[in-house]
Amino acid sequence: MADSPAVSVLDEHGAFRPTAAAEPYADRAASVTTEQKLRFLTDMVETRAFDVAAANLQRQGHLALWVSSWGQEAAQVGSARATRPQDTVFPAYREHAVGMIRGLDPLAIVRLLRGVAHGTWDPAESGNFQHYCLVLGSQTLHATGFAMGVQFDGATATGDPERDEAVIVYLGDGATSQGDSNEALVFAASYRTPQVFFIQNNHWAISVPVERQSRVPLAQRASGFGMPGVRIDGNDVLAAYAVTGSMLDAARSGEGPGLIEALTYRIGGHSSSDDPTKYRAEEELQRWALLDPILRLRRHLEVEGVGAEVFDGIDARAADLAADVRRRTLELTEPPVASMFEHVYAEPHPLMDEQLRWLQDYEASFGGDR
Amino acid sequence: MTTMPMVRALNAGLKQAMADDAKVLLMGEDVGALGGVFRVTEGLQAEFGDQRVLDTPLAESGIVGAAIGLALRGYRPVCEIQFDGFVYPAFDQITSQLAKITNRHQGRLSMPIVIRIPYGGHIGAVEHHQESPETLFAHTAGLRVVSPSTPNDAYWMIQQSIASNDPVVFFEPKGRYWPKGEVDLARPALDLHASRVVRTGTDATLIGYGPMVSVLLAAAEVAAEEGRSLEVVDVRSLSPIDWQPIVASVEKTGRAIVAHEASGFLGLGAEIAATVTERAFYSLEAPVLRVTGFDIPFPPARLEKLHLPDADRVLDAVDRAFAY
Repeated sequence: MADSPAVSVLDEHGAFRPTAAAEPYADRAASVTTEQKLRFLTDMVETRAFDVAAANLQRQGHLALWVSSWGQEAAQVGSARATRPQDTVFPAYREHAVGMIRGLDPLAIVRLLRGVAHGTWDPAESGNFQHYCLVLGSQTLHATGFAMGVQFDGATATGDPERDEAVIVYLGDGATSQGDSNEALVFAASYRTPQVFFIQNNHWAISVPVERQSRVPLAQRASGFGMPGVRIDGNDVLAAYAVTGSMLDAARSGEGPGLIEALTYRIGGHSSSDDPTKYRAEEELQRWALLDPILRLRRHLEVEGVGAEVFDGIDARAADLAADVRRRTLELTEPPVASMFEHVYAEPHPLMDEQLRWLQDYEASFGGDR
Repeated sequence: MTTMPMVRALNAGLKQAMADDAKVLLMGEDVGALGGVFRVTEGLQAEFGDQRVLDTPLAESGIVGAAIGLALRGYRPVCEIQFDGFVYPAFDQITSQLAKITNRHQGRLSMPIVIRIPYGGHIGAVEHHQESPETLFAHTAGLRVVSPSTPNDAYWMIQQSIASNDPVVFFEPKGRYWPKGEVDLARPALDLHASRVVRTGTDATLIGYGPMVSVLLAAAEVAAEEGRSLEVVDVRSLSPIDWQPIVASVEKTGRAIVAHEASGFLGLGAEIAATVTERAFYSLEAPVLRVTGFDIPFPPARLEKLHLPDADRVLDAVDRAFAY
């Protein structure tokens, strides 16, 4: 699978050296300013600091589970920074960087994985960043239906990129085997939805390697559905930014959906409950660790003349963010009992009223104050 | 008042809902030019266009999953599942997503989606075309489940379901699609989730819904000739269930027989029997009895008559209830 050419503009040392496949995107990548690159670096460093803080909180018993995005920051930051404010994002469940870029308070992710509620943010107030979706591939259909609605509303393909809407949906290599993902690709192609399918191929679906999911590069599957597919170096933030921006703008201008396969690597386990040493080789991990996306962009910026004090400042602010998340996590209170019943239905439901009342009376019978 | 079969009443109800609210969409397999395999949506695509009546790709999970996305965008999709036995590919989207999204969003948005499912037997069809999977959905928190038994209820309940801000699984008794009945186009008789006494009596209560109601009424007619006065309750709403008329009836008659086409084990009848026993225990002269389909896959067409509860089997249960 490695022989399929991938779009890459930063080589592994951070030098600006677009591959042949990157040719259509080289101008877009070259136009990224140093200021934007520093923004990307900040996003990646902050995400990783948050990730480490949250993983520690899980180990200390404050979270039920943690799902790390370590190693996948470039794919997430580049693609998210390519979205426009009016766009809508359907994540899978480890797109922490994407959420933060869209305006999500990272504490909302902590509250979700602590088990405070099954949905802890309002997408309308979080940059149209929809909820995490834990049943793999389900969100691809939601994204496609939403994009159909965007079309029906006439909110896309008017010729005004500042207003025309597009949708991006994230999925992993494992989720590409799900029926829903394939049905979403069929529907998207059929209705020519303004939509980008962004696959983070991190090479492992928990313990199963991507070779078990597909005999062909995932990007190649797109043509069978009737849409363009592009494979990118997912640890190259500029490639992710340029290709996603190009495909989103094509989608919003009425050219239909597209698919991106970002080659990256899940440096940590699938989740805090996983033990990757049982199924993958240490050498593979070490090889990918050398391709670290943060290191690569930092080297690139060093060559562009950015000084050490700038990087130190970014690191310090990321540490502050992580400390702030930790402090606010430790201040969280237990969710109210009524929250289990209050929103199961949008309209009044006799069983909910009855069972909440029963539970409150039962708890009160012990003299408790909940 | 006007007279029409249920299939036309549903068509008229859908048409009215689409005229009332531009956000209402119909989507499903063959619902456009063909008007659905049962013609429930006949003429609607011609009237409202192919952006309001969508012939989707042939994928049930895709239909429901895309409807969820459309609802997130502010639409009110009405999905047609072509036959009862074809709903299972969409089961994950219905139970893991549709049913849970309002709760996940802590009430910040709702999921006003209707899943229409023609269900039940009596049409002599092949495998997967005559099933009664209502319990699977009634058992799922976050869904509302209803089933009309008459053209009038079909006309109003489909509109009430579309107006509901919660997801509604709407079971249409396809064996009752074509008999005509009176429809009052002026105003609905009842709330969507109300159960109703459709025949009054004093000796025992027959409880059913959807395709079973006409069977229960026929049984009550026969019993009346034999000197037994049976009350019939149409449950109408399978989740939530409006218990008051059911319990009040059993308190009056002292005997209850629940009937449905679906298998008996863990069916709606079990829930109704348990709740009636809890709430009307001191009124009961006999255990609540169930008359149901057997716990088998729906049989081949040549055998379906032996599987589906008929008036005789209902009356047999009535006799047993009086033997206590």
